Amino acid sequence: MSPSILLIILLGLSYLGFRLGKNRALASVGGKIKDLHSLPSFYGFYTSLWSIIPALLVTMIWLSLETSWLANAVIAGLPEAMQSLPESRLYLILNDIRNVVNGMTYSDRIDPLIADAAKRYSQLQSLSHIVLSLVAIGLSIAGISFSLFRINKSHRARNTVETAVTVMMVICSTLAIFTTLGIVFSVLFESVRFFKVIPITEFLFGLEWSPQTAMRSDQVGSSGAFGAVPLLTGTLLVSLIAMMVAVPVGLMSAIYLSEFASPRFRAMAKPTLEILAGIPTVVYGFFAALTVAPFIRDTGASLGLTVSSESALAAGLVMGVMIIPFVSSLSDDVMNAVPQALRDGAYALGATQAETIRQVVFPAALPGIVGSILLAVSRAIGETMIVVMAAGLAANLTFNPLEAVTTVTVQIVTLLVGDQEFDSPKTLAAFALGLVLFVATLLLNVLALHVVRKYREQYE
Amino acid sequence: MNYVKDLETKANYSMTKKIISDALSAPEIDRESRTTVGKITSDDPRVVCKNVNVYYGENRAINDLSLEIGNHEVISFIGPSGCGKSTFLRTLNRMNDTIVSCRVSGEIKIDGKNIYDRDLDVVPLRAMVGMVFQKPNPFPKSIYDNVAYGPRIHGLAADKRELDAIVEESLKKAGLWDEVKDRLNDLGTGLSGGQQQRLCIARTIAVNPEIILMDEPCSALDPIATAKIEQLIAELSERFTIVIVTHSMQQAARVSQRTAYFHIGHLIEVGRTNDIFTNPKHPLTEDYITGRFG
Repeated sequence: MSPSILLIILLGLSYLGFRLGKNRALASVGGKIKDLHSLPSFYGFYTSLWSIIPALLVTMIWLSLETSWLANAVIAGLPEAMQSLPESRLYLILNDIRNVVNGMTYSDRIDPLIADAAKRYSQLQSLSHIVLSLVAIGLSIAGISFSLFRINKSHRARNTVETAVTVMMVICSTLAIFTTLGIVFSVLFESVRFFKVIPITEFLFGLEWSPQTAMRSDQVGSSGAFGAVPLLTGTLLVSLIAMMVAVPVGLMSAIYLSEFASPRFRAMAKPTLEILAGIPTVVYGFFAALTVAPFIRDTGASLGLTVSSESALAAGLVMGVMIIPFVSSLSDDVMNAVPQALRDGAYALGATQAETIRQVVFPAALPGIVGSILLAVSRAIGETMIVVMAAGLAANLTFNPLEAVTTVTVQIVTLLVGDQEFDSPKTLAAFALGLVLFVATLLLNVLALHVVRKYREQYE
Repeated sequence: MNYVKDLETKANYSMTKKIISDALSAPEIDRESRTTVGKITSDDPRVVCKNVNVYYGENRAINDLSLEIGNHEVISFIGPSGCGKSTFLRTLNRMNDTIVSCRVSGEIKIDGKNIYDRDLDVVPLRAMVGMVFQKPNPFPKSIYDNVAYGPRIHGLAADKRELDAIVEESLKKAGLWDEVKDRLNDLGTGLSGGQQQRLCIARTIAVNPEIILMDEPCSALDPIATAKIEQLIAELSERFTIVIVTHSMQQAARVSQRTAYFHIGHLIEVGRTNDIFTNPKHPLTEDYITGRFG
């Protein structure tokens, strides 16, 4: 019996447990619900929780241990000569065996030894699954009987069910935290490997970025340079241009929407602006590379400037347009949240609408606005596709927006695309860059959260 | 003070008086009549309202209201919730402009000028007719900046010294100076409710208004803070014309010379406070004052 069928059976049993538990509770008071401690459905959930949770836990543990146990058992059945092979070769053989078991072979000639092992593997696996199914179904039935035995009219089923739900919620809320930790560590370990080859000071302060390493020892001109400064300045430059577009435009539109626009216009314009955030960044990339960059180049040329066809300006402008809705929508929300009483107070003193907005609404909303801007900055720093397509790949150390630059994210993509060996600093550099990016955006987010929290304290 | 006490005693006895008057004679005025009873005119009028109607969309919130408010008098508006007294108060400095669906017809003249004229600028109007709100609404700025806000936007002070003087004088007039003089840079929102309300009054008088509108200024305050504000109103009435909306009849009796009773969008009765509380003419006023209003 395969695990998926087992799961369906367990779900069926838990439904059965629900009905049984509910009926049992109703029967214990002769149908008078008010005599029960909890509502009947709580007794149902109580029973079905007991029927499914222990069985599921056992199934999960069993399945996670099964793989290694099966591997050991199969290897033990192989001839001595094979068993003494180095671990990596053994692993390959095991993979072959698994492929045969799963029917994923593309060759007619299968080594009889492997075919034999595969047969044994699948026999053992089905045996294991049968035993597992028996154990799990047995546990489920035991759980149902146990809870049915415990149900009487004063049994506190609600409290148990609520505790179980609380535990479930705790697990869900920590899931994101553990995922983040997992990401940090996976990046961190690879970065440490990288820093063993390239010193961290050279990486952080080096002025040249040329991630080439020699494939052969006699290769010429590929010594490689891993100074991240040009990437950081490139990121900074593009983000700065983007913010110079997004912050004024976003704030102005937020002020118009929240203070001047009629409700009907606002109801229409706000979702339209938010559509900007929904356009895939690749599409923005097309737009930047095919429309904006040539336009800037031609305009520059007519003004007598040399503009490369891929420029930080093009990428930054389009990225700025992309993050306008982040600024405008959030700022509009915080300005709307400023109590009308404050506006009335200013109007009653004879303030004009402009004075009220500038001196009362805007300062009161400022922390929230700063939060929205920081969020937009994080977004700009992490943006990849637009820069790949419009700003180029050349790691120029420059603050001239008309030149091609490259950013941290773009380099990560180029370093990891294609066939790479995983032990060269070239590949590992991507992880170090990722770590830098992660730390930078994390700091920004912490800052944004802090500011937003301060805002919350203002009116309550 | 004696006058006020006397008035309170009279208000307390009005129930007895009513029973007697009921026994002596049937009310002369029909309960269904919505014509304003009492003297709507003033000997020294400052604000003259003629046939004012206020609409919220299709609903008429104020019906054909005419009333004169005298110079340097304190007039209180009383009446059950939703009777339009706050709405009418807000028409006096055009604060209703902020409500999109609100429309005002008729004529409201302050010093002979119709404030609903098309070419009237609301900024000087609101500087002249200040307003204190039901819930204290100091700006989330320092105490100093709260008071200095109005003088700054109207350019009332030429330099920092003059501004300091205005802030100090306003806070003194609002009776708050001694409590906050050492912490003028603290946030205004950090004060207690009563202090916040007096800060709002200080903020209002800092722009040197001539008329002050108060929309239930004590409803969010405890009795001690209320007493302070009422005392302040008595002091301010020497220099300002004050219109106060209140739910407390005792408060109306204590602070005002004239009282107007509103009932579902109609001005029912106006008169000297003393008369209204001791000898109401309209049956609806009488019901409200004696607590029989259902």
